[in-house]
Amino acid sequence: MAVVQTRGLTKLFAKGQVGAVVDVDLESREGEFLVLLGPSGSGKTTLLRMIAGLEEPTSGEIWIGGVLVNDLTPRQRRIAMVFQSYALYPHLTVLGNIEFPLKARRMPKEERRRKAQWAADLLGIGRLLGRKPRELSGGERQRVALARAIVREPSLFLLDEPLSNLDAKLRASAREELEQFQKKIGTTTIYVTHDQVEAMAMGDRVVVMNQGAVRQIGTPADVYDEPQDTFVAAFLGSPPMNLLEAAGVIVGFRPEHFHPSAALPADEPVLKLAFRAKHEEYLGAERILYGVLEGGPFDGEKAVARMSSTLAARFAPDVVHDFAVAKKDLKFFDREKETRTEPRALA
Amino acid sequence: MAGVRARQLAFRTFHWTVLAVFSVLLAFPFYWMLITSFKRTGDLYDLRNNPFVFNQKPTLEHLRLLVNETLFLRWLGNTAFAGLVVVAITLLLAVPAAYALARLTGRWGGRIGIAIFLTYLVPPTLLFIPLSRIVAWLNLQDTLWAVIVVYPSFTIPFSTWLLMGFFKSIPPELEDAAMVDGLTRFQAFLKLVIPISLSGILTVVIFTFTLVTQGFVYALTFISSASHQTVGVGVPIYLVRGDVYYWGSLMAACLIASLPIAVLYNLFLDRFIAGFTVGSVK
Repeated sequence: MAVVQTRGLTKLFAKGQVGAVVDVDLESREGEFLVLLGPSGSGKTTLLRMIAGLEEPTSGEIWIGGVLVNDLTPRQRRIAMVFQSYALYPHLTVLGNIEFPLKARRMPKEERRRKAQWAADLLGIGRLLGRKPRELSGGERQRVALARAIVREPSLFLLDEPLSNLDAKLRASAREELEQFQKKIGTTTIYVTHDQVEAMAMGDRVVVMNQGAVRQIGTPADVYDEPQDTFVAAFLGSPPMNLLEAAGVIVGFRPEHFHPSAALPADEPVLKLAFRAKHEEYLGAERILYGVLEGGPFDGEKAVARMSSTLAARFAPDVVHDFAVAKKDLKFFDREKETRTEPRALA
Repeated sequence: MAGVRARQLAFRTFHWTVLAVFSVLLAFPFYWMLITSFKRTGDLYDLRNNPFVFNQKPTLEHLRLLVNETLFLRWLGNTAFAGLVVVAITLLLAVPAAYALARLTGRWGGRIGIAIFLTYLVPPTLLFIPLSRIVAWLNLQDTLWAVIVVYPSFTIPFSTWLLMGFFKSIPPELEDAAMVDGLTRFQAFLKLVIPISLSGILTVVIFTFTLVTQGFVYALTFISSASHQTVGVGVPIYLVRGDVYYWGSLMAACLIASLPIAVLYNLFLDRFIAGFTVGSVK
């Protein structure tokens, strides 16, 4: 078990290359599942590779378990990593793959076998030990990669988008399995993904990154409900938060907080908005309503409402409906800095 | 139903016809060498005879001449020795060079690779004069070492280029994984990259060895004494005397020299094809 800490960690690439990391201060907690979330090119994989020792930082420090590891090679850091492509060794069998890290540490053959068997059983791949990676399905490959990672009981687990090669259906079950698995072994884990659903579902805490910088660190609820800036607000949620400009501030509210007035309790302080519906998407469990606000502080701005399909109300297109947002659900952002500010009265 | 079966039959016939034609085409030289090696000279030169079969009793005379009255066995030994040393030198230089070019030099790797490959295209007939100066300067005239130092000058560029394709087809993540799993970069190269590229390395071995056995111009110009010759030069020089061709012995020499390579090719055929197609197809 170990805590990872980065101090002012920076990686600059030659001009034109994406994935730089700028001045990242990060501290994991013991046994935590920490998710690095960001769009592609936001530097999350570079950050992970620096922690692994596969990428040399331009400046800054990396501490793992209280040891400064900047000058340690990957093999000296006692970490395990699962790669996006799984990086299974194609010329070795599943058993050979799982034993590989133990062999590299010159563990005696018997102990190696026993540990490999333990890891394989833990992931339910005992019957695959004799196969070659090319004979495995995507899900099986992922398990082999995980088995190879846990077999030497690392102090830190690094995962780089391990689910992105699986098809959608398998991904959901693999996600749940991976989460349970991490809870069971209790190893501190850093997980990189660009998929916010994965991040929200699995992370104890989520680190939202953009353009090489950390924008916010918090529990999934923190980053979703209390975004610290407009990037986090717009990146999380599907559809993203409505961000509208009025009276020198940016006002944000989630589509699911934008209701027909009648649906809100009478005693709730609300901001009333006239909403001209444009078109509706029916998604089974929910409906997404796109339209334009009329009059008031946000005249002419586009907005999105999201409501349960069980709501009986119908919204004819091109008709103005009475909508409202509870005042407590309004988030305010500074217009220049795009960071959170105090709530203020809207004209 | 009948139509489908007829088409299948037609396809099979075509398939087997093509196979048969190629098999005959490729096996015929070996058959020709074989029967010529054992035919009496009178049988060989009589135009009224059927050339495809023995018309007189077979003889071992040509073999005796080849083994006892020429230095054929010595030439074979020389060739094998030169071949193995050249293979060793080529692997020792081309494997690390190709890996470095494929992995470590960024966008310049490919360009330098092509530049190196281009040197392979300069024909030996242009090169043997300047190279003979170098061989003289190294004081290696009339030794086997003359060809041993010269052959790598074109086996290395070709092999480097071929192996680059191989190493490029190995995802870098594999080496990252190996380094995280506890190897150094060099160990990852030895224990991961080389076993995975075995087809390519085997291709280089066979290609290089074949080039040395076939080499003519350099061996002819750099080596003059019979005892230092390779098979490729010794056989035509000492078995063609003026306008007298010792056909039986010539064919026996060719057969013996080419069989091991033919067998080797066939053993590793699949890997060999993979060797030449990876990188270009992928």
